[in-house]
Amino acid sequence: MQPILEIRGLTKTYKGGFTALKGVDLVINKGEIFALLGPNGAGKTTLIAAVCGMVRPTSGTIAVFGEDLARNWRSVRSRIGLVPQELATDMFEPVLRSVNHSRGLFGLAPDPARIEEILRALSLWDKRDAQIRTLSGGMKRRVLIAKALAHEPELLFLDEPTAGVDVELRRDMWKQIALLRERGTTVILTTHYIEEAEEMADRVGIIRQGEILMVDEKTAMMERLGRTEALISLAQPLAELPGPIARYPVSLIEEGTVLCYRGGGGEGGGTGTQDVANLTKDLTRAGIDYTAIDIHESSLEDIFVNLLEGPQGVAQRDGQAA
Amino acid sequence: MSVFNARSAWTIYKQELLRAFRTAMQSILAPVLTTTLYFVVFGAAIGGKMSGGGIDGVSYGAFIVPGLLLLTLLGESTSNASFGIYMPRFTGSIYELLSAPVGVGETLVGFVGAAATKSLILAAIILVTASQFVDYSIAHPFYAFGFILLVSASFSLLGFILGIWADSFEKLTVVPMLILTPLTFLGGTFYSINDLPDPWKSVALANPVVFLVNGLRWTFYDRSDVPIGLSIGLTLLFLAICVVFIAWIFRTGWRLRT
Repeated sequence: MQPILEIRGLTKTYKGGFTALKGVDLVINKGEIFALLGPNGAGKTTLIAAVCGMVRPTSGTIAVFGEDLARNWRSVRSRIGLVPQELATDMFEPVLRSVNHSRGLFGLAPDPARIEEILRALSLWDKRDAQIRTLSGGMKRRVLIAKALAHEPELLFLDEPTAGVDVELRRDMWKQIALLRERGTTVILTTHYIEEAEEMADRVGIIRQGEILMVDEKTAMMERLGRTEALISLAQPLAELPGPIARYPVSLIEEGTVLCYRGGGGEGGGTGTQDVANLTKDLTRAGIDYTAIDIHESSLEDIFVNLLEGPQGVAQRDGQAA
Repeated sequence: MSVFNARSAWTIYKQELLRAFRTAMQSILAPVLTTTLYFVVFGAAIGGKMSGGGIDGVSYGAFIVPGLLLLTLLGESTSNASFGIYMPRFTGSIYELLSAPVGVGETLVGFVGAAATKSLILAAIILVTASQFVDYSIAHPFYAFGFILLVSASFSLLGFILGIWADSFEKLTVVPMLILTPLTFLGGTFYSINDLPDPWKSVALANPVVFLVNGLRWTFYDRSDVPIGLSIGLTLLFLAICVVFIAWIFRTGWRLRT
């Protein structure tokens, strides 16, 4: 896989002494959708701003398309697009003129056909003569996307693309982003909606307090860190577990009325679900009757929450499950 | 890789001019009206009553034309350019400019060029309007145009710096209102500093706007309280200082890039 963006040792300390990024290393591959996941204030926006030219890094290097950003900023920037988090643009401008302006600003000749295509794809063509301030919030965000796409960037940053957008528009936005990938655009999006990363991303990076905690393929991350959790309601409360049952990663909860299983490989019916099937057979063999089984896979959200709770949080759960 | 992207510069320039016409009432009509009121009140009404046939053989109404023109040019160039760059900073839409392959050259040609163009349009309208109320002539039309252009460009540059420095709307209006307007009023717009009593004449020469007013007045009536070469020289120096300062802003990212 060919890297499109390589960040090495990126640090940013603001004037007030606040360090937003602490030696970030990150490689983004060409053509992928990468989701940078983290709570508010984790450094997501600063990281994007450093690549897009709004923030001067304190130290570290950024290479885009194999070129050093600091040295070849003109050629590099002309191939990067940015959709900011805030709805910030001249609201009195009509849509079409604003999008044309963006193309011109990046030094490209007018291309009415291409701009029409972009506006149509984002369902903005009918609104092309409307002042941006008259549009709904979701439409305004789409205008910002159109503006970012106007110069046909190969690498697109979306900073919280669906913040404050209703469910339907969010799904719509995801579809748009998927279409971009089909066209070969590399997309880096920041979000604190885990669902979004789960839905869209090929790879996920988790950032907390200016440090990248983990970067992995979404499915690999879920397989590696995911857990199967099964709650088996027992017909009779148990005081202690018989030998064959105790071999499983189980514990008795709710005063011995519920057997809780935590373990396995997570998503896709890995070893976890198999394990639970075996467990139920062993329960039957041991003559332990049960009335209900509630089984579920942990989501990216659980993984995320665990990571953010700190290394201790992860270790604790691992220990419990093992 | 080009060092100057003409299309980007043109895009900014066009956008800024369009913005001016969108707010034509405020950016064109208002200053023209204000200046016309000065012509009517000071030139036609009061000037007509003055004895002695004006100053240095120029009728009072005509005498104040260059000074009033300058008063408007300084104020409008500064505030137009400052608003042009301050507004995107204020709304956050400056992200687009900062992420674009645009350097100091394109930005200056775009923002400052548009502000200076606006000032030139304004100057033309004011001169035409003035001719309806007072009789004036222009002795050196070529120099007059050159000087107006020079002043418009210099003070648009100053306005650009102001717009980058300001972090509130108040600061944006402080410099034109509290510094430029008093200096222009005291800079010989309505009188010849040669007519001032002695200590004040020397004090007046410490006011840089005296050299601007007299420079422009020379291009109109071939007379000046100060040497014309000095006027042009000082204005060019001011322009150069502004350009160097803006180049520094872009190199360090001061108030633009955090």
